[in-house]
Amino acid sequence: MKVQFQTINQILDMGGHGFYVWSAVFVTLTVLIGLIVRPLLQHKTVLNQVSQDLAREKLRKKTAGEGN
Amino acid sequence: MRKQASNSFYAYLRRDLLLSYRRLGEAASPLIFFVMASTLVPLGMTPDLASLAKIAPGIIWVLALLATMLSVGGLFAGDYQDGSLEQLLISPQILVMPVLGKVTAHWLITGLPLTLVSPLLGLMLSMPEAGYLPMMASLALGTACLSLLGAVGAALTVSLHKGGMLLALIVMPLYMPVIIFGGATVQYGIDGLIWTAPLAILGAMLAAAIALCPLAIASVLRLTSIN
Amino acid sequence: MNWVWFYRLGSPLWFYQTTTRWLPWLGLLAFILLTIGLVWGLGFAPQDAKQGNSFRIIYMHVPASFLALAGYFLMATAGAIGLIWKMKLSYMVMKAAAPIGAALTFLALFTGAVWGKPTWGSYWVWDARITSMLILLFLYFGVLALQYAFHNEEASNKASAILALIGTVNIPIIYKSVDWWYTLHQPSTIKLTSAPSMHPDMFQPLLVMILGFYCFYVVALCLFTRVEILRRERKTGWVGDLVGELNGSTEGKRQ
Repeated sequence: MKVQFQTINQILDMGGHGFYVWSAVFVTLTVLIGLIVRPLLQHKTVLNQVSQDLAREKLRKKTAGEGN
Repeated sequence: MRKQASNSFYAYLRRDLLLSYRRLGEAASPLIFFVMASTLVPLGMTPDLASLAKIAPGIIWVLALLATMLSVGGLFAGDYQDGSLEQLLISPQILVMPVLGKVTAHWLITGLPLTLVSPLLGLMLSMPEAGYLPMMASLALGTACLSLLGAVGAALTVSLHKGGMLLALIVMPLYMPVIIFGGATVQYGIDGLIWTAPLAILGAMLAAAIALCPLAIASVLRLTSIN
Repeated sequence: MNWVWFYRLGSPLWFYQTTTRWLPWLGLLAFILLTIGLVWGLGFAPQDAKQGNSFRIIYMHVPASFLALAGYFLMATAGAIGLIWKMKLSYMVMKAAAPIGAALTFLALFTGAVWGKPTWGSYWVWDARITSMLILLFLYFGVLALQYAFHNEEASNKASAILALIGTVNIPIIYKSVDWWYTLHQPSTIKLTSAPSMHPDMFQPLLVMILGFYCFYVVALCLFTRVEILRRERKTGWVGDLVGELNGSTEGKRQ
């Protein structure tokens, strides 16, 4: 096993196939990261909604209690 | 028991045929679509007969597929709206037979006329003569497959009121094997090959579809349409 | 036979708690495997004699295609389990699997296209495997569209489970037909080499990538399923407790 490329330019160029290889890498990473980030964001949104609902509930109970 | 089952098959077959006979204009629309859309091809591409002849088998098959797909959406819609589907679902009889009767009626109203009219399209698109018989044979078997598969999609989307586009999305991938072997049958006939071979596979698909699709449709209707 | 584990699986709460514990580690493992595999494949694996460096796309293309197909079967299996045992969690997994599978199928198609350009001189070829992949993407689209069309949760679950099952029955038929169709029309100029025995130096990083993708898939599936769990159980006590805990801990940090 040995390193196939010596310079940065060689890595980027990939023997003339750089565009194809690197666009594949770029899209792959984008899709993979997207598949992790999207559910994490949604997770947060749902938790925030639940916490807002709870806060509202609390407030309502409190005001109802004061009313009595 | 068996007699009862076959009775319900004929009852629904006759009922659906009668209903479409009373609305003949509606029943004829897939057929008119089929002929009309075929006019678009020479207009959009070229009136050159030689190049039309080359693509004629594929075009005719694609149009037949689209015509079937557009018409199959209404298969259960009317029954769902007027409540007779619910009646059918709560009745104690086997659901498979009425379903098969309805699908058969659909084929008799769309698939069969498409098959009978297809030589006209072949003429307009100057399809080679050797293709006519394989085309009619493959369309007869193939449209029956399409009706059965499309009915599954129609059952899945029956309780949604915007079924059309969704139905197409669901059903089109399932249609692809049918169009492969249907188109190939015609091409084989034109090329002078043994066209009964792909036709036989189409027949096998139809046999499998007749056995499985009504079961699938019945379970879909039971599971999803009662809310 | 002890069936307790099976009933536990049916409990969304149990799933949520267990994955909270395991996910960071699994995520780390997936990250490490993918990093090693990618660096190894892109920088250290030897060039292909014929295709040069463009063959390195294989390290993304093959694992993505594997999981795209496996994901569909997983989705259908989850749907079947949901239909048979009426397991809530199973439907949630099914729902989570659809967008991931569609994304991976798209990825397989994209990497295939950019691999095709230097290899066959065209981004798109109507090759049997590529066409089958495209149809798989359409099957995923169908399930996704059906899922979103229903307002009724239960009807949506059942309908998409049935559609996934119908798709599974059809996949072998579609693959065989497309294969046959391709051999019928195969132009002689384009010849696909069905990867002959790969050199171990090339194969080992591919193996690492496949393992990495599998781990990644499990992580993504769990994350999507957890969102689905929270959404459907938001009215239950344990989600409220969870939110309370989280708020408590963040307030504690602020002080």
